[in-house]
Amino acid sequence: MKKTYKIDVDCANCANKMEEAAKKTPGVKDATVNFMALKMIVEFEEGQEPKSVMQQVLKNCKKVEDDCEIFL
Amino acid sequence: MLIRIIIAAVLLTALQFIPADGALRLILYLIPYLVIGYDILLKAFKGIKNHQVFDESFLMAVATIGAIALALHERSGDYTEAVAVMLFYQIGELFQSYAVGKSRRNISDLMDIRPDYANVEQDGKLEQVDPDEVEIGTVIVVQPGEKVPIDGVVLEGASSLNTSALTGESLPRDVKEGDEIISGCINMSGLLKIRTTKEFGESTVSKILDLVENASSRKSKSEEFIAKFARIYTPAVCYAALALAVLPPLVRILGLGLPGDWDNWIGRALTFLVISCPCALVISIPLSFFAGIGGASAAGVLVKGSNYMETLSKTKIVVFDKTGTLTQGVFEVNGIHHSELEDEKLLEYAALAESASSHPISKSIQKAYGKEIDRSRVTDIQEISGGGVTAKVDGNTVAAGNDKLMKQLGIEYISCHSVGTIVHMAINGSYAGHIVISDVVKPHSKEAVQALKTAGIRKTVMLTGDRREVAEKVAADLGVDEVCSELLPADKVEKVEELIQKKSEKEKLAFVGDGINDAPVLGRADIGIAMGAMGSDAAIEAADVVLMDDDPLKIAKAIKISRKCLRIVYQNIVFAIGIKLLFLALGAFGIANMWMAIFADVGVMIIAVLNAIRALFVKNL
Repeated sequence: MKKTYKIDVDCANCANKMEEAAKKTPGVKDATVNFMALKMIVEFEEGQEPKSVMQQVLKNCKKVEDDCEIFL
Repeated sequence: MLIRIIIAAVLLTALQFIPADGALRLILYLIPYLVIGYDILLKAFKGIKNHQVFDESFLMAVATIGAIALALHERSGDYTEAVAVMLFYQIGELFQSYAVGKSRRNISDLMDIRPDYANVEQDGKLEQVDPDEVEIGTVIVVQPGEKVPIDGVVLEGASSLNTSALTGESLPRDVKEGDEIISGCINMSGLLKIRTTKEFGESTVSKILDLVENASSRKSKSEEFIAKFARIYTPAVCYAALALAVLPPLVRILGLGLPGDWDNWIGRALTFLVISCPCALVISIPLSFFAGIGGASAAGVLVKGSNYMETLSKTKIVVFDKTGTLTQGVFEVNGIHHSELEDEKLLEYAALAESASSHPISKSIQKAYGKEIDRSRVTDIQEISGGGVTAKVDGNTVAAGNDKLMKQLGIEYISCHSVGTIVHMAINGSYAGHIVISDVVKPHSKEAVQALKTAGIRKTVMLTGDRREVAEKVAADLGVDEVCSELLPADKVEKVEELIQKKSEKEKLAFVGDGINDAPVLGRADIGIAMGAMGSDAAIEAADVVLMDDDPLKIAKAIKISRKCLRIVYQNIVFAIGIKLLFLALGAFGIANMWMAIFADVGVMIIAVLNAIRALFVKNL
């Protein structure tokens, strides 16, 4: 399952870091951050609850880039 | 932010004229330093807490605090450097977010086709409602000057439509009662009443916006390369800085017996940290693609991803479908020969037999017949792929199709000398004559093939299911290099595969079709271009690049746009990496100081960003 989230982040490198962090989160199959459109597209693994996974994604993203936001 | 920059700059300038010494001097300089850099320091601190050592804020903090410490240690009192570095860094950041925000807005303005409301008539009054809430089958009213919000059919009224936001084409298009109408066009002259046939979310305008907005999510190889590079670059520069601070002094002390000269080497190492941020690079590449995709869509060329932009720019072979791409796909019955019956009667049988088919040829026969088709007179319709149809009309067995079909049925036929598509007719097993149908070449086709040649396309190939004579004549007229005719839809895939096999890996093959029953070929080619796709979901779905109108000249334009975009991408990669490496080298040898380093860093970014925005301008290509 794929879902798209609006995000806020102000540097392109930070966006790449967020992408990395999101990809490494358990339950996430793949993630793409589109810096220009300020969107994060997350593909979840089978049987994962997007809501709880996204909480973890947000936490991991905050770790690598304090200034970022994902609008869940 | 701007205010902070101004305050810090003014303070810093003022401090140059205030003679202060020792601790007072440090405190005075710390004021502008903190004004401009407190958030960076804060972020750096948080970064350490989260084990993010290679965070750019952290690196800037280390570089500037290091510079202050060095000045303290040397008792030079030269704190200006640290404050200035922080100042320029922040100016760079500000400019970057301004430029990115600006281009985001620019591009969304270009794609300003999102309708804000729909007019629904209620109790004789017009009411504006959210297009999202309009159900299928609702009658909406579009006044002159308004955008058509939802796809539908015109119930009442006639008008001309401005489709330039969708197609980049300035010629207005006329609509009248019964015509289909596509959202995103602007109604120019008359009042239109439209019955909606789709929901807003499924309408052309929503689909296009969605497509363009998400296009930059499909990342190109260049972007992946940069992301990888950035991941290695920062740590590498940091370790190099550490080595530079420690190794040379140690070598001097232990190896050469000289004094360590620590201050000098640590100073050089700090210069390294200033250049360690890969931002110019990381920002300018996606920005170039974003601008390129935005510019292309303003010209009526939708590129579905940065990766396709990249492939498109490497296109060396263009394969065309003939019908609907190079020719108008509007067939006309041009003659009826050797008919055993009255021409009218023959046409009637043909129209009835072909009544179930949506093939352009069948359509043209039905059109030439011109009367209402009574389908109850037709039974047992069988389509013979690549041949034609057989059916029972009024109890008579009718076969309508090409030479192959006649051979298959064992019916002797008379070949025709006119160029065009020939539909032979057989009634109850005996030959009844043939109908000549020909297609018209689009006005720009020849120019389009020429333009592709000029743009450096090595080979053009035309594929068609049509007869060899017809295909060869069209190809010769247009100047296409190679023709493959009499192909079934499946043969087209095979042919494209064959062409892909023959070419080298670096050259890419583009297939251009009209999206109607060539979806498999669009998918198989390196890059599939669908044209005349306005309103055709299937085409938008299957292709990688969508030309909104059906002008073949746009193919060359699309390729040129992609080349310009990629040229800018490569310029930025080479330029940004080159300057950074140059200043790393200069810094290591002590030629470039921190001042020059920050100028290089911010300057590269500004130039790269401005260069990236150039990809937006595609008018004159």
